[in-house]
Amino acid sequence: MTRDLVVQFLAQGAQMFLVLLLAPLAVGVTRRVKARLTRRRGAPLIQGYLDIAKLLRKESVLAESASWLFRTAPYLIFALTRVAAALVPSFASGLMFNWAADVVALVALLGAARALLALAGMDVGTSFGGIGSSREMMIATLAEPAMMLIVLTLAIAAGTTRLPGVADYFISEPLAVRVSLALSLGALVIVALAENARIPVDNPITHLELTMVHEAMVLEYSGRHLALIEAASMLKLTLYLSLLICLFAPFGMAPASAGLVGWLVGLVAWTAKLLLGAALLGVWEVSIAKMRVFRLPDFVGVAFVFAFIAILLAYLSSGDIG
Amino acid sequence: MKIAYEISHLLAGIMLVASFALLYQQRVGAVINAFAAQSITLALAVAWAAWSEHRPDLFITAAIAFGLKGVVIPLALRRTVERLGIHREVEKVVGVGVALMVGLALIGLSQALVVKVTRGTMGLGRDELALALAIVLLGFLMMIVRRNAVTQVVGFMSMENGLILAATGAQGMPLVVEVSVAFSVLISLFVFAVFVFRIRERFDTIDIEALDRMRGDRR
Amino acid sequence: MLALYASGAALAVLAGAAGLAILARGALRLVYPLAALAALALGAVDLHVLLTGDVLTGSLPIGLPTIGLRLRLDSLSAFFGVVINGGVLAVSVYGLGLDREKDLTPRVEPLFPLFAAAMNLVLLADDAYGFLFSWELMSLSSWALVVARHTDPESRRASHLYLVMAVIGTTALLFAFGGLAGPAGGYSFDTIRAHAAQPAIAALVLASALIGCGSKGGLIPLHAWLPLAHPAAPSHVSALMSGVMTKVAIYGFVRIAFDLLGPPAWWWALPPIVLGAITAVLGLLYAVLDRDLKRVLAYSTIENVGVIFVALGLALAFRANGFTQGAAVALTAALLHVLNHSWFKSLLFLGAGAVLHATGRRDLDGLGGLIRTMPRTAIFFLVGALAISALPPLNGFVSEWLLFQSVLAGPMLPQASLRFAVPAIGAMLALAAALAAACFVRVYGTAFLGRPRTVEAARAHDVPLAQQVAMGALALLCILGGLLGAPLASVLAPLVRTFSGGMLPASGSGPTPFSLVAFDSARSVYDAAVIALFVTIASLVTLVVVHRVSERRTRRGPAWDCGFPDPSPATQYTASSFAQPLRRVYGTVVFGARETVTMPPPGDRSAASLQVTLVDYSWRAFYAAPGAAVLRLAERLNMLQFLTIRRYLVLMFAALVILLSIAAVTT
Repeated sequence: MTRDLVVQFLAQGAQMFLVLLLAPLAVGVTRRVKARLTRRRGAPLIQGYLDIAKLLRKESVLAESASWLFRTAPYLIFALTRVAAALVPSFASGLMFNWAADVVALVALLGAARALLALAGMDVGTSFGGIGSSREMMIATLAEPAMMLIVLTLAIAAGTTRLPGVADYFISEPLAVRVSLALSLGALVIVALAENARIPVDNPITHLELTMVHEAMVLEYSGRHLALIEAASMLKLTLYLSLLICLFAPFGMAPASAGLVGWLVGLVAWTAKLLLGAALLGVWEVSIAKMRVFRLPDFVGVAFVFAFIAILLAYLSSGDIG
Repeated sequence: MKIAYEISHLLAGIMLVASFALLYQQRVGAVINAFAAQSITLALAVAWAAWSEHRPDLFITAAIAFGLKGVVIPLALRRTVERLGIHREVEKVVGVGVALMVGLALIGLSQALVVKVTRGTMGLGRDELALALAIVLLGFLMMIVRRNAVTQVVGFMSMENGLILAATGAQGMPLVVEVSVAFSVLISLFVFAVFVFRIRERFDTIDIEALDRMRGDRR
Repeated sequence: MLALYASGAALAVLAGAAGLAILARGALRLVYPLAALAALALGAVDLHVLLTGDVLTGSLPIGLPTIGLRLRLDSLSAFFGVVINGGVLAVSVYGLGLDREKDLTPRVEPLFPLFAAAMNLVLLADDAYGFLFSWELMSLSSWALVVARHTDPESRRASHLYLVMAVIGTTALLFAFGGLAGPAGGYSFDTIRAHAAQPAIAALVLASALIGCGSKGGLIPLHAWLPLAHPAAPSHVSALMSGVMTKVAIYGFVRIAFDLLGPPAWWWALPPIVLGAITAVLGLLYAVLDRDLKRVLAYSTIENVGVIFVALGLALAFRANGFTQGAAVALTAALLHVLNHSWFKSLLFLGAGAVLHATGRRDLDGLGGLIRTMPRTAIFFLVGALAISALPPLNGFVSEWLLFQSVLAGPMLPQASLRFAVPAIGAMLALAAALAAACFVRVYGTAFLGRPRTVEAARAHDVPLAQQVAMGALALLCILGGLLGAPLASVLAPLVRTFSGGMLPASGSGPTPFSLVAFDSARSVYDAAVIALFVTIASLVTLVVVHRVSERRTRRGPAWDCGFPDPSPATQYTASSFAQPLRRVYGTVVFGARETVTMPPPGDRSAASLQVTLVDYSWRAFYAAPGAAVLRLAERLNMLQFLTIRRYLVLMFAALVILLSIAAVTT
């Protein structure tokens, strides 16, 4: 019994550690694919780790008008994103702290991280921070409801709001083509692009303030604070990729009762799918241009409409949840 | 028993006729006479109810009705009319014919209403109640189709007559009520008289339409 | 018995404090300590009743001749009593810090305990007369507080509109109670409960109750007075009005819809749900575009009242269909949101009061940088802002989570219109939650963060200790309320069972004692304490690791600002700038927002101007149009003032004949 408990604990710890470990690699894959497709050599795959290490080594320069909120926000944002990422099932679904993981709470945790980042953007008192924060909150008012509706649709389909329960449902059910789930998939992809500040919503490598959203908010950060924020955004990307994988491509994920072998298989499957997703993201970003800021509401609004239709269909066609 | 009922019914009918008379009279003096006749008839009806139903307290009511409304008030009104010098005919708003038609309609209304309301109860008191209600309504009608302030006073008091008649039919109308009614009538008469006098003094007329033109407010 | 005497004594203390303050100017200082003590006593009694489930009754000989004033304290009244007295206590402690010479006036202080006493009396009333009397007393005392600064034309206008809306609300409640009492005319709540109303009458009662209680709570379209009146009152009174008086309105609705009307029909749920959702979204859209700190908070109150009405509507829908556990979840969500909102809204208004006191300014564009000049207020306000945005692990998220769980149970409902409405409502609630976060990031970012935009903001100082204690206590309650959501829900369980028929699984059925379980622990669990613990551990571990591994030095320098830092604080974002993206997305549709830019021609040195026009369509449709119609009708009917005596008599005669004819014709 105790040995089981210890093994479970170790597995949970391994999951939390692995997600963190693989995040910069996923971002590295995306960048490399983008570079290769635009006929450049591109940075090495481990560039993400090198960037973070470089930032950690540098001195942190704070603006004179920055307050304690500016200094503590990166730690909190990183911690919130880390906890959220740990709650998403990656290679196995029945791990130890699952019961605390509720999809609604997941969305809210990510919302908390975003609110703190927006506040940090306003803290120094420059116009860049204001641009970033206001645009970020505008996108959030469209993306977060869409995300909430997506998770509610999935919860109605699976009969529970616990994320492992939803994952189990999607593992066990054959991939039935249900219109509401297909719409949810489309909506979730759009929301993931919006939340992670990827093209066409935001350009992660831009230096032009008129096109910035996320970069504008973190403009004043440097040194270890910037390292934490960069790590948090990489972790968020990995989180969304894991979520998409766990919901819509869960084959290979170990169910709750699997032993070590099952976990290893799940681990390999998950890593492969993650890196594949990162590569696909790279291809997508190269093929499409960034949208004007005020066309974004239309784009993210599409996600909201899809998600709303999905939940409507789920409601009207479902019977008793029980 | 039946005869007693017939007689009270007759007296109530005479009161109704007097109300009609009030409506079609042209001269102020005749109006006052008709009112006096109505009041005396009321006194007789109440006295008859007192005797036939063995309710001695109603005699007092009858006496008050006779004395106050049958004698004192008509005399007072005559004196007022002489002092004011009103010998003209009563100004009318609608013609006599229309007023009488409306009066007949009101009688029909009160009959229908009383039948509807007292369905299932004893029939004896019902007709008197209907007549009394008709007298009240006719008194009100008189107040609105005549322009003379004196005739309005008379109309008001004939409404009171109708109320007293209705109350007589009800079991046990206490003396206190009658006394208070009497006093209210007396006081209202005094108020009206003073009012009329004053108006006549200031404006040389008690035609209320003419008075209205003197009002200072914007219309 | 002792409890009853204690409450009576506390109410008497409040009345006495009011009287004293009117009579003796020196006694003004006593008002707040006395009010705090009385609130403490009343709150203790209410807590006792809530925890033990006793029902206290009593009666006073004042009031209507044969009926008197009947009082009853049951668990519903006790819960709302805890909410109200908690708010009064916090505000009284805040009031202790007010400056005697500058702030205490005979216009405000005497009415404060009267207001508190009236709100408590509404909860205690056990018959229609007592309820309406206390309700009117509450309205009038708060009106007098709103009109305290009568020289300010904004206050005058606000008080006028408030009075009109209060009268409309009370008239609607008169109709509601008249319908409930029925032809027999039994006005005490016991007789009303004993006989159920017919469906047509029940519909009328529900509509009147929704109008009456909704107008006091701020339900659209009866909301227009709230953002004018709440900011016009002194700040601590605004906290009481927004955080507490709106809850009395909710209590009225719960008492009528859940208790006095008897078993609900399914369609009763539709008006509160629809109106509540519209109110939630519209309230926040107003808030996001407004530039006055207190008005933003007032609009946010409207949103939260809308959310509570949605939860109550869902509870009615579930109860009507017999899904008692769903009703229990929705009702718990509503009640917890009542409690949570009273805490964080009071906190935010007290914070706004502190800012007003320190800087003398209420406009967001005149503030800035207060996190450095008013550090403690800034921390407390931050807790309030995060709590109201429903971010875990604070208390706002607990009630939001329960509400979403009950929305998820919506597919159980058999009626088609409900099935269609619930997901739409869910979407609007999610939108409201996101807009709330945007709104409060804007408020906090503009007022407290950044650099000071005016001299007053730069010279601000923190507020006296009493006010900090009040705000700190409320902030602590917000944090504790978030962590202890499950124990709170289990305290409410007996109350919820009485009014909904079901209950949440007991608090031990989840994995830890702090897990909040909605239907079934296999289905949905929210464990605030565990999540908070994880986040704290993760933060600390990150802190330690990063500090070991990284360069620890920190340097201060000018802001980077892409290489062009501007020393003028006017270049930073203002509140309207922050709202501009939201104005473009939502404002063009909902408010007809138009921006007009006037650029002078080249060579002309006059300033360019940007003009933003917003149209309040609900004001036009529901207030300006009926107001104009009423005036036109009044002009026409004014003719009735100038009739002759004879014409008046004609009117009376015609009325009499018509009534008699009706009586004659109808059976």
